[in-house]
Amino acid sequence: MTDPAIDVRALAKLARLEVSDAELAKLEKEIPDILAFVETIKKADVSAETKADGLRNVMRTDENPHESGKYTKQLLDAAPAREGNRIAVKQVISRQNVERRK
Amino acid sequence: MDLSTLTIAEARRALDAKEYSALELTEAYLGTIAKKDKDIHAYLEVWADSARQEARAADETIARGTSQALTGIPLALKDLILVEGRIASAGSKMLEKYSASYDATVTAKLKAQGAVLLGRTNMDEFALGSSTENSAYGPTRNPHDTSRVPGGTSGGSTAAVAACMALGALGSDTGGSIRQPSGFCGVVGLKPTYGAVSRSGLIAAASSLDQIGPIAKTVADAKSIFDAIRGHDDSDSTSLPDSFFENKVQIRRVLGVPRAFLRAGIEPDMLSSFESTLKALLDAGYSIVDVELPALDYALAAYYIINPAEVSTNLARFDGVRYGLSMPAPTIGETYEKTRAAGFGPETRRRILVGTFVLSAGYADAYYRKARAVRELIRADFARAFQSVDAIVLPVSPVPPWKFGEKSDPLAMYAADIFTVPVNLAGVPAMSVPSGSVEREGKQLPVGFQLIAPHGGEDTLFSIGDTVARRP
Repeated sequence: MTDPAIDVRALAKLARLEVSDAELAKLEKEIPDILAFVETIKKADVSAETKADGLRNVMRTDENPHESGKYTKQLLDAAPAREGNRIAVKQVISRQNVERRK
Repeated sequence: MDLSTLTIAEARRALDAKEYSALELTEAYLGTIAKKDKDIHAYLEVWADSARQEARAADETIARGTSQALTGIPLALKDLILVEGRIASAGSKMLEKYSASYDATVTAKLKAQGAVLLGRTNMDEFALGSSTENSAYGPTRNPHDTSRVPGGTSGGSTAAVAACMALGALGSDTGGSIRQPSGFCGVVGLKPTYGAVSRSGLIAAASSLDQIGPIAKTVADAKSIFDAIRGHDDSDSTSLPDSFFENKVQIRRVLGVPRAFLRAGIEPDMLSSFESTLKALLDAGYSIVDVELPALDYALAAYYIINPAEVSTNLARFDGVRYGLSMPAPTIGETYEKTRAAGFGPETRRRILVGTFVLSAGYADAYYRKARAVRELIRADFARAFQSVDAIVLPVSPVPPWKFGEKSDPLAMYAADIFTVPVNLAGVPAMSVPSGSVEREGKQLPVGFQLIAPHGGEDTLFSIGDTVARRP
């Protein structure tokens, strides 16, 4: 079921996780071992399992909002970088990206 | 006061009788921590000043005659339960400097009772592990043999209680993280029904499995902490209505043993210990029957798919932008990648990568969705078994506490979770009760006995657990 060569570097990219070459070599053994172990569930017969799992979303009613600004300071204090009452973030769309896409 | 024999129940009596003050009690615990914790490393931070303030406030409450079960009782919190204004690091470098923005619901409930919060206890990073060796701040040592692990992931909380550095503690249990370290440290640990205790303010690991629960020296003490923290909470959408727990008493005095499953790699003297506890329950008037739970053969594999899947999605929130560690980098993409590389330890990275794989297009059906289907089989197995028995009993662990570094292969560590993960997959409550010991290299190591009840059957666990704990 598992591909003979699991592309750990591609997984790390998907997971937005920088991985060094030394760590990659270790993970390229560990991750396939773990997947080979969990693959044993392929032998489980779930054909009789027709019952829905009964999961449903539980949402609170959208009402009684707290007073604006009540938690602003606590939440902003936790942010690594801020500008005034905003969390500062690196530019997401850069000129370079836009030009590359043209 | 003798902390080695002190229980919450006895401290409550003595505090209300003014035999000693809450401040004196707190000082006794702070003194023990100062003396012992350099060898155990159960605490990541001790809150001595606020603990003394809370103790003084408790003394005023006691003087007014309005004390509650936990007023003035010194407790420890696992490092993933938020206390406003305090660091909550989840054992990770990612949250080394993260100061909680609000109180967890359980924290608010303990504060409302006037409990004394001694500090935050060590744990495997983001509650991923079975030994507390995955903490970014160094492992906790087992008070019964400091060359061995205390179990995990709530190993700091269980070691603190076992070494008389707290009268009780809160932990969290995702696949055994309260029960297994409780077994390893010789204390009582309860994993309540999924939804019994609010998880608002618990740093999430795997949300369909996580549950907060109490750790204490006696079954009665565990119950008094559980009673203080349980209850419906609108801030946790998985919280059950209080009415769910009514009329769930045991009726038959029949216990089930899944004999076929029990053979799964258990060490001979751990099995003998389990059998001798069974015998004691038989002598106490319980009938013991075999139960079949065939899907449990796949429980460990299903768990190690569902857990990493949820961990990988849950931990996506750590991006170096809103809170926690942030590594400077030229672009937002590199900020994410470098922050996550610097903040997450090795086991956390493994789980994220495995989770990413089992959820990826082309594999999700064969892994994640199959594991979900197996999980339903496991739930159905338990439901069927509980039609004829009050509780199912199992060992907590197939092995006693191991030496540091002995299980460096991730799969060897996962295998030790065999008897605890089925409970979380089914969402049922279970409790680890100390029951006997085994000898390794001349040291007596505690053994835990596990009781599992149907959803909402906590009272059944307390009742049978009390019988187990009192056996001669």
